[in-house]
Amino acid sequence: MKVLNNVKAVSEALEVAMEKWDDVVVYGEDAGYEGGVFRATEGLQAKFGEKRCFDAPISEAVFAGVAIGMAVNKMKPVVELQFEGLGWPSLQNILGHMGRMRNRTRGKYPTPVVIRMPMGGGIRALELHSEAMEAMYAHTPGIKVVCPSTPYDTKGLILAAIESPDPVIVFEPTKLYRAFKQEVPEGFYTVEIGKAFKIQEGNDLTVVTYGAQTVDCQKAIDELEEKNPDVTIELIDLRSIQPWDKEMIFESVKKTGRLLVVHEAIRSFSVSAEIIASVNEECFEYLKAPSMRCTGYDIVIPFDSGEAYHQPHPKKILVKMEEILNYKF
Amino acid sequence: MKFIGKFDPLKDEVVRIMDKNGKIIDEKLVPKMTDKELIDAYSLMNLSRRQDDFQNKAQRQGRLLSFLSSTGQEASEIGYTLPLIKGKDWFSSGYRNNAAWLSVGMPMRNIMLYWMGNEYGGQSPKGVNSLPPNIIIGSQFSHATGIAFAEKYRGTGGVAVTTTGDGGMSEGETYEAMNFAKIHELPVIFICENNKWAISTPYKKSTKSLNIAVKGIATGMPSIKVDGNDLLAVYAVAKEAVEHARSGKGPVFIECDTYRLGAHSSSDNPDIYRPKAEFEEALKSDPLIRMKKYLIDKKIWTDKKQEALDKKQDEFIRAEFDWAEANKSYELEDVFNFQFAEKTPDLEKQYKEAKEFFAKYPEVAKGGHH
Ligand SMILES: Cc1ncc(C[n+]2csc(CCOP(=O)(O)OP(=O)(O)O)c2C)c(N)n1
Repeated sequence: MKVLNNVKAVSEALEVAMEKWDDVVVYGEDAGYEGGVFRATEGLQAKFGEKRCFDAPISEAVFAGVAIGMAVNKMKPVVELQFEGLGWPSLQNILGHMGRMRNRTRGKYPTPVVIRMPMGGGIRALELHSEAMEAMYAHTPGIKVVCPSTPYDTKGLILAAIESPDPVIVFEPTKLYRAFKQEVPEGFYTVEIGKAFKIQEGNDLTVVTYGAQTVDCQKAIDELEEKNPDVTIELIDLRSIQPWDKEMIFESVKKTGRLLVVHEAIRSFSVSAEIIASVNEECFEYLKAPSMRCTGYDIVIPFDSGEAYHQPHPKKILVKMEEILNYKF
Repeated sequence: MKFIGKFDPLKDEVVRIMDKNGKIIDEKLVPKMTDKELIDAYSLMNLSRRQDDFQNKAQRQGRLLSFLSSTGQEASEIGYTLPLIKGKDWFSSGYRNNAAWLSVGMPMRNIMLYWMGNEYGGQSPKGVNSLPPNIIIGSQFSHATGIAFAEKYRGTGGVAVTTTGDGGMSEGETYEAMNFAKIHELPVIFICENNKWAISTPYKKSTKSLNIAVKGIATGMPSIKVDGNDLLAVYAVAKEAVEHARSGKGPVFIECDTYRLGAHSSSDNPDIYRPKAEFEEALKSDPLIRMKKYLIDKKIWTDKKQEALDKKQDEFIRAEFDWAEANKSYELEDVFNFQFAEKTPDLEKQYKEAKEFFAKYPEVAKGGHH
């Protein structure tokens, strides 16, 4: 076992993968010599050489496109986008090709690319450094999307992503990179893509979240349970956004009869919209209250001076939980 | 034409008017500038440098989020913005353009507000046509092209200037914008400030071309390389380019050969990747020192004048910073009001919901719960 924070768990996963598979290459802006602006790839160039870990020019369209070509030709590229909001020039290739190639070639040319990107706010960053647009990627057919929140899951999901025969986008919540440490097994292991993790069991309300909001939700739940000793809340970390663990969530909602989905991404057409629609389809007769969500608003992510208006906060989550628990038809 | 078409980027020729010690190399090339214009230009360079220094300190105290300093690039930024006509011409910047922003007329307090995380900082005042700092590298080139298209279309006579770094020249969009601009012979000047580093990636790993200026040649537009630490050279070339563009002859591409003397941003440590000897060598070409020597040789500047200028500017910087700091926060309305011309019914509802929440829990609006 090693004790790692999230960003170290990323490096550890990449190192293990590069040892295990000769065809894994890692690149992105500044990802080589310096190890990236967050140092997630630190040490990889020193250990594996420039051929396998290198700085990409500032040209996201081409480095996503090149990854597709590499993958078509049986390599396993792991691409780092410096920040989610700065990777948009790559969308042409991610949305237009990466998600479609397997289908277009009737399975002949799959594109098992892994694209990692720091995401989310709450770090007092500049404009375009706090985006959370996971729904856009999850909305694109042919792409898998994961968002780990713990070091254990980060390592396991990245390894699963690299092993996966399909393209996977890994969202790494920037706020959690160095937020806490956890014991992580040495060597190779995977966390299955598509499986959620139940952080705690409960009977009265299911809270589903992912990424940095797992921490906010835990805080809100601790406060609520302390105030109301009879109430217990089930907290689920989605981990995988597409595909997502319908089975665990339906089962939980059938037990608790209530659902709250929490994320910082803007509200409309979001991950919460998808989960709540699915719960309505599958669990309607079990519901004791309308399913609700606590999310960012439909606004351009504000700069620091306004960011707190937008970000979910334990207090906002707490208020929403109480609203659902006190709901009367 | 003294410069465009005369200095051949394919032979790696560089326009340079004064040497590292501020001595004029070729009198014939010296642009016509009055003593006052020279001193004003130098004062702006000095102001931007001192603002950078001030902001670096403020950032370390947590009073600015972060920022990207122009230290080392002042001659370029002042040189290519000076020929612009305020209120008529346009500036579509990158994120590292402090000196240029000051030069086109952005109030210092706005620049500071921006780096403090307030969107009002990105708004240019009346009579100044300057887009907010552009974080997505490359896109400022196409915006400038579109602005120039509109100027030509309407016959309003304005010129657009845009700029990116050496790393930014790897983006496809920079080439696409230049190609479009040349096809339509648009009044736009494309600048690359080649400061040798793109965060930790050295220039030599961003491109294998002879220089950056040659990258403009494929579009058919005149392209030229200039010593970016020589204010006289950048100004002279930019002035000629702006006249060229304004007279309907189309775009020009200028490479300013310069050096980033500071860190990439306030959260970067160049000691990890930047060879010390290279940096020390670059210090010898500091554009401010060079310009100062030139002015002193010309007998229009003295150490005493410098001292007085520094003092005056430091007081100004401090006052602007105090204002920005006192005005950096804003109301909830401001995050909803500018999404659309009018709030959609759904947004109106979200606003109402937020208003009720923050009225009840005002402490949450302060953030910082972790
Ligand atoms: C499209 C895009 N990709 C990545 C980034 C992240 N980024 C910010 S600055 C920078 C380096 C830019 O270097 P260069 O163009 O040489 O300009 P300099 O900062 O040196 O002035 C990078 C990669 C970005 N802002 N935009």
